[in-house]
Amino acid sequence: MQHERLLLGEAKTPERLARPAFTLATPLRELVQAWWIARKDLAIELRTKESVNAAGAFAITILLMFSFAFDPTEAENRAYFGGLLWLVFAFAGALIFNRGFARELPNECLDALLASPLSPSSLLLGKAISIFAMLVLVEFASLLVFGVFYDVRWWRHAGPLAGVFLLATWGIAVIGAVFGALTVNLRLRELMLPILVYPVLIPLLIAATELSGTLFQNQPFSSDQLLWVRLLIVFDVVFTALAAALAETILLN
Amino acid sequence: MTEAILLENVWKYYGDYPALRNYSLKIEEHSCWALIGRNGAGKTTLLRILGGLTPFQRGTVRIFGEPPRSARARRQIGFLGHGIGVYEDLTARENLVFFARLAGMAHHAAVADTWLERVGLTGAGNMPVRQFSRGMRQRLALARTFLHRPSVLLLDEPFTSLDDRAIRMLTELLEEARQRGATIVLSTHQIREALAAASHVGVMENGKLRYAGERTAEMLEDPSLLYSFYAA
Repeated sequence: MQHERLLLGEAKTPERLARPAFTLATPLRELVQAWWIARKDLAIELRTKESVNAAGAFAITILLMFSFAFDPTEAENRAYFGGLLWLVFAFAGALIFNRGFARELPNECLDALLASPLSPSSLLLGKAISIFAMLVLVEFASLLVFGVFYDVRWWRHAGPLAGVFLLATWGIAVIGAVFGALTVNLRLRELMLPILVYPVLIPLLIAATELSGTLFQNQPFSSDQLLWVRLLIVFDVVFTALAAALAETILLN
Repeated sequence: MTEAILLENVWKYYGDYPALRNYSLKIEEHSCWALIGRNGAGKTTLLRILGGLTPFQRGTVRIFGEPPRSARARRQIGFLGHGIGVYEDLTARENLVFFARLAGMAHHAAVADTWLERVGLTGAGNMPVRQFSRGMRQRLALARTFLHRPSVLLLDEPFTSLDDRAIRMLTELLEEARQRGATIVLSTHQIREALAAASHVGVMENGKLRYAGERTAEMLEDPSLLYSFYAA
């Protein structure tokens, strides 16, 4: 009804249609804009499934290959599970964040975004949100396969595991978005992106591996392990803040 | 009239090649400038600098007194580059709703529908853009550029791929934009159409402005007059 009234009556006047929807404080407006970017990316992904299918298939294949290639004892298995999973997620993640900004290249959509009222930090944050959502989906699918083929009842520690996964995945997503933006115009983007991203992710991957490994071995977190949790939080906060602060420089250069 | 766009002694290099050489231009509010020049003259570089998309090495650029990358300047700019700036996997309507949302517009769905109607794409509104012809894509790109009623329109070859009816539609859009007070800078090789819409003409060659001034009736009658401004 409102829509009809807008088209037929007062909203026909361009002044009314052009009226801003909101007068929000800048940080809130930037979050809203980031959400529109993420939503657009996820809508496109839902139609094309190009990133999630590739990353999911890759992650599951590697997990299956490892399960057939080695025959370690159960104790050995549990010690290596954390590392195995996070390596798989890091490699599968590269397939997702390679597409993050590459999606903006056809039709020069990146130019349309950069010349629009969208703030660069919202664009980077929106990309991180969409990468995060896709990574979480791939991780969850991988965990199901992992539980079956490696006989790990990870759901016993679903709460703490979810906390570790979400913290680590956000860090990977932010770094993936930042380096995806930096390498978007490179000819060897697919090669350069992992080379640049993995060294930066090392502390995060070590922390996530330590924490996940402990949970897979059915042990509670010790005070030492809580330091790894703090490291994940600091990593996320520092790199999210850096990405937001340097977004303009990253995207224009 | 007040100044909408100011360029002062702007130098832009691609490597060692100067794409703009000590370029200065003042564009008054409500004017429509047609930038004309051969390939490589620097028209696209100039528009990208004004749109805040390309950094430059020296000089000053202002849009209503603000640097082009400032949030205030970007809110006033509508930019159409060589690419159409819309997503192939979204429908025409979804594309317009998305850009209306980014511009923070109220009633984004109604805005999208109004603009689809305005550019003659109502029937194709729910089709993915990948199924569009070149002309339909260009019309959608125009809707995307105009929909937030920008005060400064930067259009790089906007007549490309448009048929005679769509060219008439674009000319009307430009006229409407000028009537509501917008400032327009467009580059084109379709000189006749551009001159019809323009109040001013800039002839560019090798990154320099060879001529800048009002569009005269003589130019409209005989566009080839503009070639006399080229150095060689």
